[in-house]
Amino acid sequence: MTLLDIVLFLPLVGFLLLLILPKESSRMAAMVLSSVIFVVSLGLLMPYWFQYPSGHTFSTDVQWISYPPIRYHVALDGLSLWLVLLSTLLTPIAALVSWNYIDKRVKEYYAFLLLLEFGVIGVFISMDLFLFYVFWEVSLVPMYFLIGIWGHERRIYAAVKFFLFTMAGSVLMLGAIIFLYNRTGTFDYGQIQGMIQTGSLVFDQRTELVLFLAFFIAFAIKVPIFPLHTWLPDAHVEAPTAGSLMLASVMLKMGTYGLLRFCVTLFPDAAHRCAPWIAGLAIIGIIYGALVALVQPNMKKLVAYSSVSHLGFVVLGIFTFTQQGLDGAVYQMLNHGISTGALFILVGYLYERRHSLEISAYGGVATPAPNLAIIFLITTLASIGLPTLNNFIGEYLVLQGTASANFGWAVFASLGVIFSACYMLWLYQRTFFGRASESLSHHMPDLTTREWAAILPLVLLMVWMGSFAQTFLPSISVQNAAILEQTKKLRTERVAIPARPVAEVSRANR
Amino acid sequence: MPIANYLPTNVDYARFLPELILTLAGVLIMFLEALRPEGKRSNAGLLSILALVVALPAALMATPGPAFQGMLVIDGMGTFFRTLVIVVGLLVVFSSTDYLRRENQESGEYYALILFSIVGQCVMVTANELVMIFIGLEISSIASYILAGYLRDDARNNESALKYFLLGSFATAFLLYGVAWMYGATGSTNLTAIRASLISGAPPPEALIGVAAALIFVGLAFKISAAPFQGWAPDVYQGAPAPVSAFLTVGPKAAAFAVLLRIFLGSLEPIASRWAPAIWVCALATMVVGNFAAIMQSNIKRLLAYSSIAHAGYVLVAVAANSGTGSAAAMFYLAAYAFTNIGAFAVVTYFSRKGERYVAIDDFAGLAQRQPGMAAMLTIFLLSLIGVPLTGGFFGKFYIFKAALDSKLIWLTVIGLLNSAVAAYYYLRILVVMYFREPGESVETLPPAGALLQIAVYGSAVGTLLLGIFPSLVLDFANRAAIR
Repeated sequence: MTLLDIVLFLPLVGFLLLLILPKESSRMAAMVLSSVIFVVSLGLLMPYWFQYPSGHTFSTDVQWISYPPIRYHVALDGLSLWLVLLSTLLTPIAALVSWNYIDKRVKEYYAFLLLLEFGVIGVFISMDLFLFYVFWEVSLVPMYFLIGIWGHERRIYAAVKFFLFTMAGSVLMLGAIIFLYNRTGTFDYGQIQGMIQTGSLVFDQRTELVLFLAFFIAFAIKVPIFPLHTWLPDAHVEAPTAGSLMLASVMLKMGTYGLLRFCVTLFPDAAHRCAPWIAGLAIIGIIYGALVALVQPNMKKLVAYSSVSHLGFVVLGIFTFTQQGLDGAVYQMLNHGISTGALFILVGYLYERRHSLEISAYGGVATPAPNLAIIFLITTLASIGLPTLNNFIGEYLVLQGTASANFGWAVFASLGVIFSACYMLWLYQRTFFGRASESLSHHMPDLTTREWAAILPLVLLMVWMGSFAQTFLPSISVQNAAILEQTKKLRTERVAIPARPVAEVSRANR
Repeated sequence: MPIANYLPTNVDYARFLPELILTLAGVLIMFLEALRPEGKRSNAGLLSILALVVALPAALMATPGPAFQGMLVIDGMGTFFRTLVIVVGLLVVFSSTDYLRRENQESGEYYALILFSIVGQCVMVTANELVMIFIGLEISSIASYILAGYLRDDARNNESALKYFLLGSFATAFLLYGVAWMYGATGSTNLTAIRASLISGAPPPEALIGVAAALIFVGLAFKISAAPFQGWAPDVYQGAPAPVSAFLTVGPKAAAFAVLLRIFLGSLEPIASRWAPAIWVCALATMVVGNFAAIMQSNIKRLLAYSSIAHAGYVLVAVAANSGTGSAAAMFYLAAYAFTNIGAFAVVTYFSRKGERYVAIDDFAGLAQRQPGMAAMLTIFLLSLIGVPLTGGFFGKFYIFKAALDSKLIWLTVIGLLNSAVAAYYYLRILVVMYFREPGESVETLPPAGALLQIAVYGSAVGTLLLGIFPSLVLDFANRAAIR
């Protein structure tokens, strides 16, 4: 049993513990448990301290089910490491922002939060396709309840839509996973990857395309990529603050993670052939998301559409198949987790004070609540991509990678950066500037200690990630280089294959 | 040959022991019931639990081999299904006691009928002879016709029993007619002999065998409620007493599937190319009809009835795969479905109250707030019916679709998978009502559950989760026992 197993199963233990503990103590218990999990998970950084191993660390591989051979195979690499840490960091923060906001069925709420953490950590570290699918589905259930029970007015519609969209995509992925198993006799990602590398597993073009699409659609729904994004605004608007936070910061990353980890490396040829189309969809998503965000009267919807736009960059970065593009995409996953998460928290703070998500209900908030205004400003600037704040690095890398792959794409994508400045600054202006009405300044106390405690870590991370990207990027780059190598090598081999039959034919003619 | 050769020996009786125990217990219950003084409580429930508990190891440890001149055969599959229906019987008895007491109908014949029905199913699943299959089916069916109308003053019960009886007898007639054709074509009713005659140098005309197979399939398709022979199922399952519905959706169905596997994947395997397309179509229609009709339902029993049709469709996919893995997948699925569905019906039994007043889905509003334990259990069952990982239903679906892909049934797999996404919608509706709505009158007046019913609910939940986390326990058994 490694540290990684402990980090994975502690939330499950916490979930069961919360079910047993009395109702009154569940807030505190969840807070303590999730903080402990975060501290323990920091231990995962050990192998990555001043060195950048390229392979797996903390690997556990034991048999779970004898036939078909499904293994409990979890491991950490440069890609999963940061996503796991993001999940463990955001769970205590989610627990903290829910402190006063959640007043009914508190016990179930925190229990589901920990179950969600269990699911998402599992997704990021599974090295067995089947295990991955299990965690993928397991993470769906708690989120469904979080939205459906503790959400706003149209919560039921949003929760069911969320569940059905994801389910519809993932059953196709299950079909593809079974197909892969039937061809290879294993669910182990590493082994299947190895077979593809050595050429002992070759698909014809059509099969590969179908398999690629089965995986791709499942992930695209989760990311979400235009035009499969329609569930996202509903889910975000209706979810409670912590639900939006976990959804945006962690669960959407499951989609982009899946694209990078499985889609691209298992079906490189199809991925390369589809890349222009997907990049096109990503660019449409970037611009469309930004434009729709611009006209939203509802703050949460605005942030939700800005997510569609931001995640367009991530997808674009992945499908440039360049080192910078991939690095930027992964970095942008983390950035989006931090800055959009912070935005959702701040919108939640405003909502708790004024009980409205309409932008028109605000104005002049900066006067009664200056600290809130400053934090909101930093987060806004981070989200826009101001240098020295985190998003800048990610967006820059993605755009650089895109430019080297296809300059036209980069031109269109950079429009998104400009638009993001428009909608975010306009939001900030309408909310915080101007004269505060009497009733508003009455109900607008500044940040409390608890609120500071929840938001400050994220703000510090924005600065850190924007100024000292060196802390994070090397371990990510090493992993991305490996992924890139896998896709590249295959492509050259694959191109060489048609040559052989031609040669045979010509020999036969002779 | 001297007549002594035909007399049953001790070995025969030993292999037939579970059926003997259950029959004796059933008869004993009937006697005690007649002698029971007015006003004294019947302990038939206890006696039937005892009989089932004793029959369980007898079924599990029965030595493999033929019995009664090859009329019955105790093989892996027979043992698997015999064990399954006995476990089903146990859970059903546990969930019935409170129900009968509530309806003031607590009498011995109910338990005797359950035992007899299980005996019939045991005979069906071990029969190696078309006539024995027919006898087993009749024993099982006649008992279940009466059970479906057990509350004789209740109009819906009567409707249910009458429909079940009329259509059931009609279907059995088809089966019998098919058996006659089969005998005419191959000169035997023994399953092994039929197969031998099909692969012999001079096989009977294919048309003749085809008609026989079709007639037999119609008879069995009725029992498993496969489209287009599913019309009776919703009315019967909705009308019958809730624990009986639980029993009918799993017990007779599992037995009929066992027969289907034995006849089609065993005896008729040489002409698979003829029947496989028919089952393909049937599986597809059953999944689609069941799932899409279930979307519209507002009564939870009727919803579970349609869902049971849909699940029969999934199992038919495994039959259509026509392979060893398919047969094992079907067996696993039936086991997982048995636990799940009995559990779900047990919660409905508990919730519905006297006269089954509360069976609308909306009545479950806010159940999670007053009875979080029961709501959590029903959640597990519903998630298993949806096919979410870590529940038995998920692995059941997984194995079935894996077997289907093995057999290159790609379209059937894709449609089946999409169907299971559609199904998520109507199961989620129950979760929505239970968790996301405020409690109404039906939940506020809910008494705590009785101990026996709790055993049924929690027992089923443990079974569902166990099959979802350690599926190898059952799957290895099923794989060893699978036909081919």
